Amino acid sequence: MLQLAWLIPLLPLIGFLINGIGYKSLPKSVASIVGSSVILGAFTIVVSLFIGLLNGSIAPTVIPLYDFITVGDFNITFSFQIDQLSVFMMLIITGVGFLIHLYSAGYMHDDEGFNKFFAYLNLFVFFMLLLVMGSNYIIMFIGWEGVGLCSYLLIGFWFSNDSYNDAAKKAFIMNRIGDLGFLLGVFLIIITFGSTEFSQVFALAKEYEIDNKGTTIITAISILLFIGATGKSAQIPLFTWLPDAMAGPTPVSALIHAATMVTAGIYMVARSGILYALSPVTMSIIAIVGIATALFAATIGLAQNDIKKVLAYSTVSQLGYMFLGLGVGSFTGALFHVMTHAFFKALLFLGAGSVIHAMSGEQDIRNMGALSKKLPITFITFLLGTIAIAGIPPFAGFFSKDEILAKAFEVNPIFWGLGVVGAMFTAFYMFRLLFLTFFGSFRGTHEQEHHLHESPLSMTVPLMILAGLSVVGGFFNVPEVLGGNAALANYFAPIFSDAQLIMTNEAHLLDHTTEYILMGTSVGLALASILTAYFIYVVKKTVPIADGQSLNPINQLIYNKYYIDEIYDTIIRKPLDQFSGFAFNIIEKSGIDRIVNEVGAGTIGAGKTIRHLQTGNIGFYIFAMVVGLVLIIGIGLFI
Amino acid sequence: MYVLLLLAIPFVFSLISVLLPGNLAKKSALLGSLLQFVFTLWIAIWVYPCTDLSIDLPWVASLGINFSLNIDGVSLILIVLTNLLCPIVIFSSFENRNYSEVPSFYMLVLLMQTALIGVFTAYDGFLFYVCWEAALIPIYFISAIWGGVDKVRITFKFFIYTVFGSLFMLAGLIYIYLKTPAPHSFGLDMFVTADLNSAEEFWVFLAFFIAFAIKMPIFPFHTWQPETYTESPTPATMLLSGIMLKMGIFGVMRWLIPIAPFAFNDLNYWIVALSVIGIVYASIIAIMQSDFKKLVAYSSIAHVGLISAGLFTGSIEGFQGAVIQMFNHGINVVAIFYVLELISQRTGTRQIANLGGIVFKAPMLSIAFLIIVLGTVALPLTNGFPGEFLLLFSVYKFNMWFGAIAGLTIILGAVYMLRMYKNIMLGSAKSNIDNFKDLNTSELAVLIPICILIIAIGLFPNVILQSTDSYAADLMQYVKENSFAGMVGLVK
Amino acid sequence: MNSIVQSVPVNYYVFLSLALFCIGIIGVLTRRNVIIIFMSVELMLNSVNLLLTVFSTYKGDAAGQVFVFFIMAVAAAEVAVGLAIIVMIFRNVRSIDINALKNLKW
Repeated sequence: MLQLAWLIPLLPLIGFLINGIGYKSLPKSVASIVGSSVILGAFTIVVSLFIGLLNGSIAPTVIPLYDFITVGDFNITFSFQIDQLSVFMMLIITGVGFLIHLYSAGYMHDDEGFNKFFAYLNLFVFFMLLLVMGSNYIIMFIGWEGVGLCSYLLIGFWFSNDSYNDAAKKAFIMNRIGDLGFLLGVFLIIITFGSTEFSQVFALAKEYEIDNKGTTIITAISILLFIGATGKSAQIPLFTWLPDAMAGPTPVSALIHAATMVTAGIYMVARSGILYALSPVTMSIIAIVGIATALFAATIGLAQNDIKKVLAYSTVSQLGYMFLGLGVGSFTGALFHVMTHAFFKALLFLGAGSVIHAMSGEQDIRNMGALSKKLPITFITFLLGTIAIAGIPPFAGFFSKDEILAKAFEVNPIFWGLGVVGAMFTAFYMFRLLFLTFFGSFRGTHEQEHHLHESPLSMTVPLMILAGLSVVGGFFNVPEVLGGNAALANYFAPIFSDAQLIMTNEAHLLDHTTEYILMGTSVGLALASILTAYFIYVVKKTVPIADGQSLNPINQLIYNKYYIDEIYDTIIRKPLDQFSGFAFNIIEKSGIDRIVNEVGAGTIGAGKTIRHLQTGNIGFYIFAMVVGLVLIIGIGLFI
Repeated sequence: MYVLLLLAIPFVFSLISVLLPGNLAKKSALLGSLLQFVFTLWIAIWVYPCTDLSIDLPWVASLGINFSLNIDGVSLILIVLTNLLCPIVIFSSFENRNYSEVPSFYMLVLLMQTALIGVFTAYDGFLFYVCWEAALIPIYFISAIWGGVDKVRITFKFFIYTVFGSLFMLAGLIYIYLKTPAPHSFGLDMFVTADLNSAEEFWVFLAFFIAFAIKMPIFPFHTWQPETYTESPTPATMLLSGIMLKMGIFGVMRWLIPIAPFAFNDLNYWIVALSVIGIVYASIIAIMQSDFKKLVAYSSIAHVGLISAGLFTGSIEGFQGAVIQMFNHGINVVAIFYVLELISQRTGTRQIANLGGIVFKAPMLSIAFLIIVLGTVALPLTNGFPGEFLLLFSVYKFNMWFGAIAGLTIILGAVYMLRMYKNIMLGSAKSNIDNFKDLNTSELAVLIPICILIIAIGLFPNVILQSTDSYAADLMQYVKENSFAGMVGLVK
Repeated sequence: MNSIVQSVPVNYYVFLSLALFCIGIIGVLTRRNVIIIFMSVELMLNSVNLLLTVFSTYKGDAAGQVFVFFIMAVAAAEVAVGLAIIVMIFRNVRSIDINALKNLKW
């Protein structure tokens, strides 16, 4: 099967080419079949690789394809890394990706850009696979920027709307800010280790010790790479693009902006685990940024009324948890959360898509309500997803979040405390969303009510599968304290063993009683906030007030996302525009170009002045000639 | 003989074109340039690897001037680029009534091509200078005759500015000539052995540098460029931006570094600094441009700034990055001007604010344009990436802060390019595009190969990098050995 | 072989021709009448001729005297052309004042 590994990214690329070239002529049915089947094909290969890795018939390898860039002695190969980590990510990408392709076939059915949509989705999967399969930082960077491109194309998919186009542009540019950090980090890696190949870099990095001088440079590398991750994975300060990215079609939000692309940062940090393990400073920064983002986004999520915006801030917040996990050294926990999050967040987005589909494009939860009867499948799956994200056992979210929080407690109880507060917020806003959407009475127009319908099978089947995974997903890695065998941790052991070895000396293991208390506390608080939400939104039937009415200052602040966009606009975009005008009008026109023109004008001016010597008076000419002669002779005689 | 033929084909066709009536003239010009392109490909693929292409004929023997031509890796890349772009330039003019029926227009373009080939193949200082100036004359006439409203003033400024720089180079050439061992010679190999002390080398370096810096142009010698690009007719803009500015970069590679390696090592810090300033400066200015031609002109300054920054770091990554980026910048900028020419011909405006929603009328055009824009912003797997990667890496290695500042280009580049793309192609449709036609067959015939090329080079940059690999390695070795540090080692 | 020329010391000749030359220059610079300027120029030429002859005799080299003949021939031609020009000027502006002709400037 290993020989077929290069087919995994190639298949989506072929799908992209077919759908892209035939975007005008191909019938929709063909496009959707091609688009989905290539992903299914890739998924099949990935599954067989996975099984091979599990039963040991495949050893982790690097598959070189060709030399990409060769300069002097420095060589970058286009090669793929097949190991536990990349196959794990490939499973998520192709597996969830396939379900979302299937869903899109129903969701986008009436859109005139149907074929184009599938082409873009295929292209995205291609780049995402490159990102996780690349065996060096350059191939990873290709995928890294490529998914950014696809994100740009898909956010701006409905390009007649200018604000969508702006959202797309914003996503691309903010990602590029992160990419610059990533690129500089890669440069520093090349300078330090002389290679970009993971195997070589990590082998050399292992030689460093924490107190060694080399760790300064490794800290620099890891921080620069992390800047890249903040862009791609929407962390403070580069997170504002992700909520705006909801302008794209809903399957895109599910696939790119929840399940896969935004987790690229986590993958990258986990992949470079050894570099991070060597730099405790960076680890602390990651943990702080992660928990800050988790809390910050969760509070914004409390007051949003757009169904997709709530989910978007929830995604930012959950990504924050993953970074917290990385920062406290629980790489497995972070990846575990990547997986469970992919299940339940994709489910929630697709469920939201189903709701929006039924509501004829309405996204404001203030205009919904009582949809549980009309959309039973959507409701049940959405409910399961909501429970999963709220962290109620034994659903998937509980296990992964708990693993991160337990590890956070080991490192610093404050992280744990803040994490639990964030989890409370999460439970609250998710159930607020659920109650406002599916409970109470219908608040939309009559037309919408008349139109309400359950989505077609191609949309509900992926929902059901994902709901199933959200329920059982947690059992892949049941911690020992609950009688499990931490299967995922064992699976990843070969990848992270080096990094864990470096980090273990400081962590002190928790005893079981403490762990039970921690779990109990977080579950209890989550349940409490669910009950609060139930009381407010079902019993009291509160509905968020309409736009334009006055809110109290704190609500106002949260509702407007702490005015972060406005602040960025004021301190970055406007000054940049103004500086651009200044540079063009003042420095360029009145400065540099003026000097050039003045030199020209000066030459002309000098000519204008000196020509007045040409009086036309012959006597003067002769006089000048004689004086000149006398001078020349005189100088010749005396000097 | 092959090299002579490369010079002869465009020259002969320029004479043929001017003798024919307008309608035939443009066809014969296109035929000539295509023939030249095919011939170039044949040379590049089959002849170059296995044949010595050098030619050395006495010209003014008493002064040591020889008609000596040769093709090495760098020349080959640029010759392929020139001969690839010239058919596109000629073809792009077919629809424009102003000059499409004028035989002398095609004569000038082909003469320009001849002179450019001369510049890229000359191995004799005098011949180099002659071709260098000869390339200026056709482009001056094209711009001055068929340019925009302010053409006379702008082209005059361009002409004087460039000649001003060239004169320094002439002085430098003559100075080195006099320093070559008697009997004096203008040959490049003799120049390299010329006996200059460090002060002399410093001045010779500056003299050459000013000529090349104005041609490229490097900040702050760039102010002729945006106006000239804007006022010139699009074929002239393509020639200027696609090929002519490569003369400056090529001059640095072929002449400046080998002649004055000591001074190069002494001064390159400042030049890299200037280039890096230029990158950010031009990018920032590009953000607010309302005329799309001017926007691309400033973006071109930014890109060339990066090329020169990398080149002047004196590292092999920088050199190779400059080579590949030179090629790719040529393709991308010509492609982008071609697309913009199509748009301005169809809508009659160059103002970004007056455009919008073209994608609804012309999906093919918008796809092609997007690919070109992505190539320009150096997205991986397009041609812009390998070059920008190598160049940024070389600058970063040279000086970390320079690297970080130069790296802003990947952000700012995305800002202005995507803003332009968004405002022209996307959004709600403006009224002036009601009759906008999508690409016709012949336009597709230009754009499809370009798009394929953009992606193919992005996938396989080694094809280009390998052709100059040994030259770059030798040159960098030479530069390193000729630094003062190297000299200290020798004395000990 | 002393000639009659050599009976006078050479510096006398030099001073004489210098004086003649200076008179010529002053004439050219100060007078406005074209004819007089012309005559002054002739004076300067002849001062040079004198000097050439003297040096030629003192050095015993005939080349100097040959040059004198050349100069005389050229001066004659010049006079012919010059006078013709002056006549034409007079016909045009009815004056031989040199300052009447100053239109050709800046």
